[in-house]
Amino acid sequence: MKNLRFLLSGILFGIIAVKSEIISWYRIHEMFLFKSFHMYGIIGTAIAVGATGVWLIKKYKIKDIDGQPISFADKAPLYKSALFGGIMFGLGWGLVGACPGPMYTLLGTGIWSIAVVIASAVAGTFVYGLIAHRLPR
Amino acid sequence: MEFILQPWPWYVSGPLIGLIMLALTYFGKSFGMSSNLRTLCALGGAGKFSDFFKFDIKAQNWNLIVVLGVILGGYLGFHHLRYDTPLALSLEVVQDLEARGFTEIGVHLVPNELFGLDVLSSPRGWAILIIGGFLVGFGARYAGGCTSGHAISGLSNLQLPSLVAVIGFFIGGLVMTYFIFPQLFQ
Repeated sequence: MKNLRFLLSGILFGIIAVKSEIISWYRIHEMFLFKSFHMYGIIGTAIAVGATGVWLIKKYKIKDIDGQPISFADKAPLYKSALFGGIMFGLGWGLVGACPGPMYTLLGTGIWSIAVVIASAVAGTFVYGLIAHRLPR
Repeated sequence: MEFILQPWPWYVSGPLIGLIMLALTYFGKSFGMSSNLRTLCALGGAGKFSDFFKFDIKAQNWNLIVVLGVILGGYLGFHHLRYDTPLALSLEVVQDLEARGFTEIGVHLVPNELFGLDVLSSPRGWAILIIGGFLVGFGARYAGGCTSGHAISGLSNLQLPSLVAVIGFFIGGLVMTYFIFPQLFQ
């Protein structure tokens, strides 16, 4: 039953992703053309709520559901990876208009061609794993 | 119910996404929608080819359950919690896409020109989906996260690498939108 909480978190995310239209290629296209505030408002308020929560968790040393201390792992300081990987990700995001969460959501809405994108994203992850040690960090 | 069925404004959706991130944190996990791609590789036996895919798959099961939920949520949200109304898009964007030969703009969540099933009858249609997906998968792992892991979780925790990654997302997205996309759809 422990898995139910993960299933429900996913379902809720999927519903929000549909209702907020963040799964729409048009919304991503609009965002990169700076013609609509919608996506900026969503990402900005998500970070504002997230940052407040993280701050509260740290300040009051809030424990997780199992009573364990919550620790926030720092992201590895690999700035070349972050930049080069980020640019590649952005090129893909700008083209197909979907990042990984929305890809799965679109599959649920019945956009079957997104399965090609998901399969290809798995392939991209696989190829990254093969050549990761040779890439600039 | 009326409010649920209408499209949700950004000031409702954004905070809810922030709360999902905090809920997963409270459950002892983290919010990241691309790490499951690595788990899928590992499940498919990728550990035979690279140590990058050798890890305790069972410890990542929760991630695949989140994905299953996301797919179900997409189904529920789209078929049961939504009016089938067109998107309220910026007029300028609609006109620009019209000039590029796009039709039924905003009628569906995604354009037929990229995702309609007939694109799968042309090599060009396949190429766009394959290249886009590949870049997202490769880029997310190389960068160490995607929109959820870097932009939302990482920036919420004031991580400098996440800020660099988000700047990268925008450099890539802007180059695609302003320079490459106009060449692909003239």
